[in-house]
Amino acid sequence: MSKSERPSQLFRNLNAKVASIPMILTAMVVFVGGTAWTVLYSFTNSKLLPRLNFVGLDQYYRLWATPRWLISIENLLIYGVISLVFSLVIGFLLAALLDQKIRFEDTFRTIFLYPFALSFIVTGLVWQWLLNPDFGVQGVVRSLGWTSFDFNPLYNSSIVIYGISIAALWQGTGLIMCLMLAGLRGIDEDIWKAARVDGIPMWKTYLFIIIPMMRPVFITTLVIIASGIVKVYDLVVAQTSGGPGIASEVPAKYVYDYMFFAQNLGQGFAASTMMLLSVMIVIVPWAYLEFGGRKRV
Amino acid sequence: MSDHAVALSATSSNWRDDAAGPSGPKPRHMFSRRNIFLYGTLVVVALYYLLPLYVMVVTSLKGMPEIRLGNIFSPPLEITFEPWVKAWSQACTGLNCDGLSRGFWNSVRITVPSVILSIAIASVNGYALANWRFKGADTFFVILIVGAFIPYQVMIYPIVIILREIGLYGSLTGLVIVHSIFGMPILTLLFRNYFTSMPEELFRAARVDGAGFWGIYLRIMLPMSLPIFVVAIILQVTGIWNDFLFGVVYTRPDTYPMTVQLNNIVNSVQGVKEYNVNMAATILTGLVPLIVYFISGKLFVRGIAAGAVKG
Repeated sequence: MSKSERPSQLFRNLNAKVASIPMILTAMVVFVGGTAWTVLYSFTNSKLLPRLNFVGLDQYYRLWATPRWLISIENLLIYGVISLVFSLVIGFLLAALLDQKIRFEDTFRTIFLYPFALSFIVTGLVWQWLLNPDFGVQGVVRSLGWTSFDFNPLYNSSIVIYGISIAALWQGTGLIMCLMLAGLRGIDEDIWKAARVDGIPMWKTYLFIIIPMMRPVFITTLVIIASGIVKVYDLVVAQTSGGPGIASEVPAKYVYDYMFFAQNLGQGFAASTMMLLSVMIVIVPWAYLEFGGRKRV
Repeated sequence: MSDHAVALSATSSNWRDDAAGPSGPKPRHMFSRRNIFLYGTLVVVALYYLLPLYVMVVTSLKGMPEIRLGNIFSPPLEITFEPWVKAWSQACTGLNCDGLSRGFWNSVRITVPSVILSIAIASVNGYALANWRFKGADTFFVILIVGAFIPYQVMIYPIVIILREIGLYGSLTGLVIVHSIFGMPILTLLFRNYFTSMPEELFRAARVDGAGFWGIYLRIMLPMSLPIFVVAIILQVTGIWNDFLFGVVYTRPDTYPMTVQLNNIVNSVQGVKEYNVNMAATILTGLVPLIVYFISGKLFVRGIAAGAVKG
């Protein structure tokens, strides 16, 4: 520093401020500005190019009258409930099993977690192959003699979203297991000793003592799963491309297709604003509970 | 998040066994009913998790005639590496038939600068937030963290406009900037928490010795925080390599990253489906993050526990 003889508050902060310019730009221009821009333009009838020609809530009326959007929402709800319930249950059970002072814990954990390192595209393509009706699981079971065996989720529009959920669970449960395991390890060993002394069976200890104690971990995990659910996009693109027909469409794909293929920007903006709204419904109460009491985050 | 990371890093140490001592539970037999159930369940689940990887590898080593006849779980009768060669150098996307290698190099050209840039920006941000807090800094930080939860779809189009205005739409540079922007919340949080946990005396001593903002960052903070940099690198390499959405939005067909090209190869509607080539291509795309995962081990767990918010 050139004026080192005067270590003024102003100079010290100048450097930090200059260094924080990318952060400030990202926060204000992209996150705040970009979001406000999209919400604003969702009230216009922009087609190929964004135009400020306001039409009120027209795009939203149209959105909720579009069968493809309604299917997307229904799929997201089914996918969301399956993801939440099964990844929490399976993740917790696996963590509880790994927490039994077993041998090869690291090996098991490595195996359960490796799918998480893979992209949704890779995950989707592998499961597309495994669930292939002619060569995959169904084909193999049929070739073993059980010819009426029927397991073809990816080409059956009424259950295709379950086929996608199978792949999603395979990919994501390892992460939940890791978070749960960290939570279990954070619990004082004395609790276990006390429960054992009192003769409480293990499953009861888990259900009535450990899980209530892990409330913060569960809440964090819940937020992580929930914010992942809304974003689901690449998995569907890779596994089914939204098919058969429009049976496995999801909101994120609706947004992308309307913005970049259908050249109906207004619809895309309205749909993405709905996505934002659904995230806010989950995040705001959580942020309020988590940070509301404290002065500084 | 960092609490998890700390707890996870202690997972396999045997601190719990120390407490047991002679008063602990009585030793169990190796083949007790409990152990058979425990290990039996774990092994079955582990097999289920490994199955897709196994099927991928096995399929990619078979010839097409064998795939049509046989079952996807059987090991190859005759091992062939032709599908791998074909996936790497001949597989077609649209009119281009130069294989996945193009996507691979694009991904390298995207990932390396993105990782460096995003970590450089975020570490300085975290450092400024931890040690040089200025008025309003925390507000920007909160906006940044809240922004991490906004669905990307909301911000995709405004960024298209910004990039088009500065002439970077469709270029790799544009995509690098996008990755740096969206990597910023979680990385800044990671670095801020790490720098905050460092003893403040260090910082004060350096100040007394006359070191400035950049001097302290480069000579003290950077060398002392290598582990967190490794965690950040792991997080970013896997995250950016696996990205699909930004790749498909912000690049053109000749600059598509590997994931986008892979999807186009496998899901193209023209021609005969070559499942072995498809699976070889899929493994090739998954190989980089898998290698990172298996080499980094516990650090990866720390990284994802920190980066889980990113989803």
